[in-house]
Amino acid sequence: MALAEISGSLNSIGYGIAALGPGIGVGLVFAAYIQATARQPESAGLTRIYMFMGFAVVEALALLGLVLAFAVS
Amino acid sequence: MTTVLAADFPPGVESFEFPSLFSGLEGTPWAAAFTKITLLVWIAVAVILIFFLVAYRNPQLVPTRKQWIAESIYGLVRDGIARDIIGPEGVRFAPYLATLFVFILLNNFWGIFPFAQISPNSHIAFPIVLAVGAWLVYNAVGIRKHGFFGYIKHSCWVPGAPLYVQPILVPIEFVSNLLLRPVTLAVRLFANMFAGHMILLVFTLGGVALFQAQSLFLKPVSLLSWGMAILMTLFELGILILQAYVFTLLTATYVQGSLAEEH
Repeated sequence: MALAEISGSLNSIGYGIAALGPGIGVGLVFAAYIQATARQPESAGLTRIYMFMGFAVVEALALLGLVLAFAVS
Repeated sequence: MTTVLAADFPPGVESFEFPSLFSGLEGTPWAAAFTKITLLVWIAVAVILIFFLVAYRNPQLVPTRKQWIAESIYGLVRDGIARDIIGPEGVRFAPYLATLFVFILLNNFWGIFPFAQISPNSHIAFPIVLAVGAWLVYNAVGIRKHGFFGYIKHSCWVPGAPLYVQPILVPIEFVSNLLLRPVTLAVRLFANMFAGHMILLVFTLGGVALFQAQSLFLKPVSLLSWGMAILMTLFELGILILQAYVFTLLTATYVQGSLAEEH
């Protein structure tokens, strides 16, 4: 009996690689927001919208990877 | 009506397919028209309609509790999104944006609602319709403001860039502003709800699979898996609110881009 067996598609590994870049990007977006808020607490409300916008745009890349992992067989 | 699918452990795309509520329609082109998914959409629409009609039926100067909730939701979209992003003239888009926000929010909320447990937005058809709607709105607004060719130039030509980079910039701007925007809008909402449902399936069904494992040491691990499922449900709550907000926010940004003066 085999101790462990891996089966499935390579797509999930591809998705893992595709998530690297957006992961770094989302980290940068929130890091920049925290830094901006720490330096200028009054600007928190002003920059929050742009944080979410940047987050959404960066996140789209990871989600495209996820969709393609399922769509491409 | 199958509320809980007895699916096998590795959940896949087939976990998102539901049989028709009327068994007579199975196999006909109408099979997809009356499923659990469409039922959830109809319920969401009914809830929104009834709630806002009842809340605004008899408006008071000192708002009642229902009226306060309805006004807070509308105010959040009108002041927090429409007015902040588009500017003073954005108030006329507030009804559309508020409807969009509430509709997406409620439909996303089905993803963690007990016994519903799947968001209609995890079928890409619904996000596509919403995104095409947003695409039509921001293009129509831009064409009405700048004229057809004026709008195309407005959205493709980058003022201030040197002439020799324009041949590269114009196609990029054209594709990203006029073609890819609705695609990313739809895919973002769809993929978030799809992934959220998938995560919950993995942890819940994974718990079942671990519980049924041969090894005695693996059985207790299922509790950990189910605990993660509960944790991920709370995480999903944050994601679904954020996605409804982001969809509305980006629609408002696109409208603002169409309305902007030449600069």
